[in-house]
Amino acid sequence: MKSYNRISEIQADLQSGHISCLDLVRSYLENIRLNSHLNAFLEVWEEEALRRAAQTDENIRAGKMQKLSGVVIALKDVLAYKNHKVSASSKILEGFESLYSATAVQRLEDAGAIFIGRTNCDEFAMGASNENSAFGPVLNAADETRVPGGSSGGSAVAVQAGMCHVALGTDTGGSIRQPASFTGVYGLKPTYGAVSRWGLLAYASSFDQIGSFCRSVEDIEWIYNCIAGPDDQDSTVSVNHKTLPFEKGSGKYHFAVMEEAIHHPGLNEDVRSMIKTAIANLEKAGHRVSYFRFPLLEYMVPAYYVITTAEASSNLSRYSGLLYGKRSTAAVDLESTFVASRTEGFGTEVKRRIMLGTFVLSSDYYDAYYKKALQVRALIRQKTLEILDGCDAILIPTTSSPAFKIGEKAKDPIAMYLADLFTVQANLAGVPAISVPFGKSSENLPMGLQLITGLFEEQKLFALSETLMSVAE
Amino acid sequence: MKITGEKVDQLAKLARLSFEGEEKEAIRNDLENILEMCEKLNEVDTNGVEPLIYMTDNVNVLRNDEVKQEITHEEALKNAPKKDSDFFRVPKVIGQQND
Repeated sequence: MKSYNRISEIQADLQSGHISCLDLVRSYLENIRLNSHLNAFLEVWEEEALRRAAQTDENIRAGKMQKLSGVVIALKDVLAYKNHKVSASSKILEGFESLYSATAVQRLEDAGAIFIGRTNCDEFAMGASNENSAFGPVLNAADETRVPGGSSGGSAVAVQAGMCHVALGTDTGGSIRQPASFTGVYGLKPTYGAVSRWGLLAYASSFDQIGSFCRSVEDIEWIYNCIAGPDDQDSTVSVNHKTLPFEKGSGKYHFAVMEEAIHHPGLNEDVRSMIKTAIANLEKAGHRVSYFRFPLLEYMVPAYYVITTAEASSNLSRYSGLLYGKRSTAAVDLESTFVASRTEGFGTEVKRRIMLGTFVLSSDYYDAYYKKALQVRALIRQKTLEILDGCDAILIPTTSSPAFKIGEKAKDPIAMYLADLFTVQANLAGVPAISVPFGKSSENLPMGLQLITGLFEEQKLFALSETLMSVAE
Repeated sequence: MKITGEKVDQLAKLARLSFEGEEKEAIRNDLENILEMCEKLNEVDTNGVEPLIYMTDNVNVLRNDEVKQEITHEEALKNAPKKDSDFFRVPKVIGQQND
């Protein structure tokens, strides 16, 4: 089976009868089998996918091609899909089956997509390497001794290794863009409030957004258009704003580069030379590149961890062992039901973040940590929007290095947290951002570049992503 | 910020978690290190800055108050760790000594 980068190509070949949807699904299933050691999938819905593929072939023969007919999608294991298991890669949701589908998942299904399985991730989406899953790490297909990034590592690898065409992920501080960068695929985090979070197992509610991993900008846009928009089930989806239209105009754009990022002492030399190449090539093609200073860069990760852990400690209080999920066999009274079920059910990183969040929200420290972080967040958002007012997009590396080795940062939470250095800004500010697979390191590892645009400027983001990729070598 | 073993116990009680032995020392140490990183925020002048609480400008997004059957009784019990035909089963709550 040919390897497709675009939904439009798949649908053209299905329409002409060149391939069948059944053959397509079989080829993904074969790739899943061949790559099972990468541990990207927690569950494969083989029979259902084949049944739906046969139905899709029948529909296409009857002249009914839908927007996502023939598009085979994997779901990160934090997205609810009716009557299917969802576990957030945690033991605390052992055996849990969702009673309903996430809005984003429902919209894809209604548009004709085929779901092939649910993908491994860091437990409750907390991590940057996929090593925090209760079901083992995911391996990077570009180098199996390296991490795929996280938290949506399984989704990234599923697209990277051809185990599906598209995968949904979620991005709280970089959980789509960082693994996209490490695996050489495209990954989008939409504007906060663009996509409904209904049916997304919450980590940090003022940060979380659902987005996709794809093999082209065209597909990123296609999927975004299917899942974005108001939803009665999530009042934080904007009712005042829609994705802004974007006229391509002269096609010459203004990219703004963060000085602190390109001169960062922790920046890998291959990443530095990639962004320099991008800048030179953009200028050669007639685009404008300017530089800005952002002294708040070093406060982004601290602000992010204070606020997200506070939100996580509150969100994860629902896992009590009472109504669903795991209940410890040591539960003899109400208190031990809570304590034993949570202590046995949650992994180390999840407990660490719950404890940190409990600390920053406790009455003695609330003002000094939590409120302070919310104030710093306000400044970061304001300064970010000011920069974006004066340019078309911010251009920075997605990550400070290519994929690191499995185990390299596992013992040092702070080193792991700094893996989010360049990605948390978009989540703190609520703006959309994309990682595009721009280059390869000297060790032939994928490296991504990140573009950030203003609130609800996804259409502009897609146009500029095409522009950026047109100058890649 | 110095974190004592006592502080870990107090936070664990609030979070309904339990840490013993090596795990307790590990979480104490992690909290101390992570909080030290977070204390960097004190370098930022935030005088007069309003905390950012809401990420969207939506105000009072309401929907019509309609009665809808979204899940059935049976579905609600489907994922219960322990249940009978009508109810969630939980350990006895009333009538025992609690501190």
